[in-house]
Amino acid sequence: MAETMKAKSPHLKRFRYTQDIAVDKPFNWQQLVRLLKYVKPYAKTVMPIAIIAMLVSTAVRLIVPILIGNQIVDKVLEGGGTYQLLLSYVIGIAVLYLLSYIGNAVRIKYVNILGQNVVYDLRHHLFSHVQRLSNRFFDNRSAGSIIVRIMNDINSLQELFTNGIINLLMDIVTLVSIVIILLVISPKLALAVMVIIPIMFYISTKLRKNIRKSWQDVRIQQSRVNSHLNESIQGVRITQSFSQEDNNTEYFHGVNDDTFNSWKTATRKSAMFRPFVEMSNAIGTVILIAYGSYLIINDPGVSVGEFVTFTFFIGMFWEPISRLGQMYNQLLMAMSASERIFEFLDEKPNVEEKEDAVEMDDIQGHIEFDQVQFAYDEDRIALHEISLEMKAGQTVALVGHTGSGKSTIANLINRFYDPTKGSVKIDGVDLRDTKLDGLRQNISVVLQDTFIFSGTIMENIRFGRPDATDEEVMESAKVVGADDFIQRLADGYETEVEERGNILSAGERQLLSFARALLANPRIIILDEATASIDTETELKIQNALKKLLNGRTAIIIAHRLSTIRDSDNIIVLENGRILEQGNHEELMKHQGEYYGLVKSQFQMLDQL
Amino acid sequence: METFKKLKEFYWPYKRFFFLSLLSLFFVTIITVAYPIVVQIAIDDVIKEKNYGLVPILCLSFIGLMIVKSVATFFHQFLGDYFGISAVFSLRDALYKKLQRLSFHYYDNAKTGDLMSRLTADVELFRFFLSFGFSELIRILLLVLSSLSVMLYFSVPLALATMASMPFLIVLVMKFDKKVHPAFRQIRKSFGRLNTRVQENISGMNTVKSLSKEDFEIGRFSDKGDDYRQHYLNTATIWSKYFPLMEFMGNVSVVVLLAFGGYLYMNGSISLGAIIAYFNLIWYLVGPLMNFGFVVNMFSQSKASGERLLEILESDDEIKETTSPVKAEDVKGHVAFKDVTLTYVEDDDEALKDVTFDAPPGKTIGLIGATGSGKTSITQLITRFYEPEQGEVLLDGHSVSEYSLKEMRKHIGFVLQEPFLFSTSIKDNIAYGNPEASMDEIIDAAKRAQAHDFIMEMPKGYDTLLGERGMGLSGGQKQRISIARAILVNPKVLVLDDATSAVDMETEFKIQKALKEVMKGRTTFIIAHRISSLKHADEILVLEDGKIVERGQHEELLDNGGPYQRIYDIQYQDKEAILGKNKQHA
Repeated sequence: MAETMKAKSPHLKRFRYTQDIAVDKPFNWQQLVRLLKYVKPYAKTVMPIAIIAMLVSTAVRLIVPILIGNQIVDKVLEGGGTYQLLLSYVIGIAVLYLLSYIGNAVRIKYVNILGQNVVYDLRHHLFSHVQRLSNRFFDNRSAGSIIVRIMNDINSLQELFTNGIINLLMDIVTLVSIVIILLVISPKLALAVMVIIPIMFYISTKLRKNIRKSWQDVRIQQSRVNSHLNESIQGVRITQSFSQEDNNTEYFHGVNDDTFNSWKTATRKSAMFRPFVEMSNAIGTVILIAYGSYLIINDPGVSVGEFVTFTFFIGMFWEPISRLGQMYNQLLMAMSASERIFEFLDEKPNVEEKEDAVEMDDIQGHIEFDQVQFAYDEDRIALHEISLEMKAGQTVALVGHTGSGKSTIANLINRFYDPTKGSVKIDGVDLRDTKLDGLRQNISVVLQDTFIFSGTIMENIRFGRPDATDEEVMESAKVVGADDFIQRLADGYETEVEERGNILSAGERQLLSFARALLANPRIIILDEATASIDTETELKIQNALKKLLNGRTAIIIAHRLSTIRDSDNIIVLENGRILEQGNHEELMKHQGEYYGLVKSQFQMLDQL
Repeated sequence: METFKKLKEFYWPYKRFFFLSLLSLFFVTIITVAYPIVVQIAIDDVIKEKNYGLVPILCLSFIGLMIVKSVATFFHQFLGDYFGISAVFSLRDALYKKLQRLSFHYYDNAKTGDLMSRLTADVELFRFFLSFGFSELIRILLLVLSSLSVMLYFSVPLALATMASMPFLIVLVMKFDKKVHPAFRQIRKSFGRLNTRVQENISGMNTVKSLSKEDFEIGRFSDKGDDYRQHYLNTATIWSKYFPLMEFMGNVSVVVLLAFGGYLYMNGSISLGAIIAYFNLIWYLVGPLMNFGFVVNMFSQSKASGERLLEILESDDEIKETTSPVKAEDVKGHVAFKDVTLTYVEDDDEALKDVTFDAPPGKTIGLIGATGSGKTSITQLITRFYEPEQGEVLLDGHSVSEYSLKEMRKHIGFVLQEPFLFSTSIKDNIAYGNPEASMDEIIDAAKRAQAHDFIMEMPKGYDTLLGERGMGLSGGQKQRISIARAILVNPKVLVLDDATSAVDMETEFKIQKALKEVMKGRTTFIIAHRISSLKHADEILVLEDGKIVERGQHEELLDNGGPYQRIYDIQYQDKEAILGKNKQHA
């Protein structure tokens, strides 16, 4: 649930953070069934072993008290049995303990295998699914909120899949068995003692739920504190530039205080939990002693040994009940986590592959738009029945304002979307009939701000083609002119870089992305504002690199800079999703249309200053 | 202990909660061993003696004790936690205050992730130890001692016999802890790697998609996921080896109790009730002992955490405030550098070398040069974000170090290269440097920064909330808001560090026009790549490797064959090429 946190104190509105925190959802069977599907692959392999192991140790836990109370105490100690008999019982118990030891070891091992595998599968499924989602999916969400689902939400299911299912079985078995055993031994005493079961259930579910709610509040407050801490570190230069240290400190003191208060409440509530449990246990003990001793003294039906058995079992009520209460709480939390996970899994990729899709391994790069219309939303048409042709090996520039449809054309060529009407063809094949991977292997996009992954320079360039050799990587770096600056770095190609590191300048990053694209060796290359914010000297270098990169490929250039556009074979001027005019630079300048105006005004504007 | 002593000021003021908590703990532990004694009395004195008259008093005193125990349990836990969170509260306040004031230099070398993990994980570990760890040690000690005494009271030989396996248990616990903690660290590290993988994938999704490397990414993710699973299972294996074995050791004691206790009973040297009481007492010993390793480990971890927190708290304030500051009320904005040399890291090359210039009030200085040539360094010295190694930075004739930082910085408006916006409304972002500004002033600043129009197009206008790192705005929009922010403080000195790089030509034109107005009466420093942005400056400084290689006005620099002309030629060759050709056609 996303909710905007407002500080409780009115003067604390300086910053506002949106939280994305798991809050209870009502229980939902469908969702649970869907979750359990991930257990299915292990239902016949790992699960049975874990269950058998669990049953073995549970059985031992239930049998030993009876052996001690009903057999050893009654038959040997009170009944005058021999020491020989006692020893044979003791040996029997020792063997049972050994079995229980093995059972526990096997159970712990196998429930973890189960839990880890299910979590792995689920996370893998989610991650792979997210990879196929459209750019718009990512545009509409912050990276943080996506990461939280893949990492934290799935992790919060880990415990459920590891111990949850087996414990649920174990606790039910234990509880039911104890009740039956006690009833068999002495129905009267059993009924009297079992008064505490509903009390314990109440404490374990209701009270615990209440406590957990107040912890939820703490977590929400905490995450606001953390969001602010994170932001204040990243924005510290701004803060100091504007001398806002004191104001910020006051704000932080406020949120810190809010957190402290809700924490205090939660602490107080949780501190009440144990006393309640203790008291309900005490009530059970008192009933047992009062009524038990009364029965033994007045009613020969109950023996001392049976009383002893009762004292053992009465101490065993709490554990399963407590865990069942925990389980109930865990399920409620799992509901909200799984709802968020399934929300992503239910996002459909924008394009689907047909059964008999054509492999596009070897293409020339001839692109054709035939009466293509495209709308992102129903009421917002991005392209109006556009037809155009880009011949293999041509360089085509797309010119127009933001929102004119330049990027949409690029997205359609890449088949990130299918057109709403008309068709896009490469080498004469309608893209709807193609296999995505093969197609996209042949197309590379060079972005304005390329991402640097943490790792070496070598690995970063190799990202364009993971199976390239070191020599091939270096060769492509040389071709685009990146080799010079890489050689100058401390460790050359083995220099470690990362996204937020300052080792690389904007221009150097851009050269790396060219090297990446070149290594990928695509037939079609799309440059999306690739040279926007780079200083002049670097741009010169990049111009040369670009020529080498584009050589022999079909290239689509989206740019403001006229220098890049000028040499294109064809310039397409777009406005509001329509083609206004097209032709090469000379033709368009001669025509004195939209392009001419655009070129002229850019320089005139700057001269006016 | 040194660490805890140094951090004393944060928890010692709350010491009374801690001691009250300990006092409660004392009651809790003593009463805990009452339960087995009550069971023993019930069996030996009530049931076997058929003395039902004892029952009321036994039950009442038991209930009475349990009520005391419940109350004590509550106070033990609550006061212990209260002690911890109070300490965290004051610790966090102090850390935050410190972080707000640490120098740029400190942040140049710090990683946000590392600082965050100190502020969250380390603070939490420290709290956990204050709230729980220390008193848990005492609890273990008390419980072991009191259980042992009751056991010895019932029967010395039986106590010795049942405790025979305890040394093995302790060895086991120690071994387990030695193995399991590194294994847990491995899990955390592996999870961290998995997290980084996912984070980079999502943050770099555009790049992944642009090269269609989704499958490659899934492969890399699978490797990391598998690694995490493997580490987790390794730990589970350790767990499954040791934990049942520890429980088994406790069970060995039970077996000994049955065999030897039965023998003693047959001899008549122990009562049945005492044997039954032993069943509980054994687990009162075994349980805490199994926990012991965990607590010891927590102690060493929280000590390390405390050290990491101290590192922040004790780090040096490199920019020292003067004790007798010069008044800064009527600063005119006269900036001058005299032979300034700046080195960021010792033994590194100088970032600035003998830089000298004079910027009289109201004048505009343009700074141009390649990335890393020292343009930004100059502006950061004016605000005293760094101290020069040599030379003087003067504001109105006084060294910047003679002013109080806050007073001086009030007069300087900064637009940083990477516009950073906070998670709050657009309005509050613009008013960040001047929270008292009226709405009219805010709108006026926004209009002058060419931001008003796009702000009004948003559904909630100035009240639109910006998410993390100004999500939802384009780079150009962010830049314009940060320009408005600087205008609103009405500074005498205005610094525009590549402030219009991310806007398109048309918008840049508008902003430039607006800035011309804004710059009137202020000393302005413009850092830019495009000649057009700074050609009207009163003086242009051309920088190369930290040195001023050329200075003068646009016209003077235009055809002297120097670096400025080279840049000009590159940028304007387009114009001639394009428009020139066109003239022939026209």
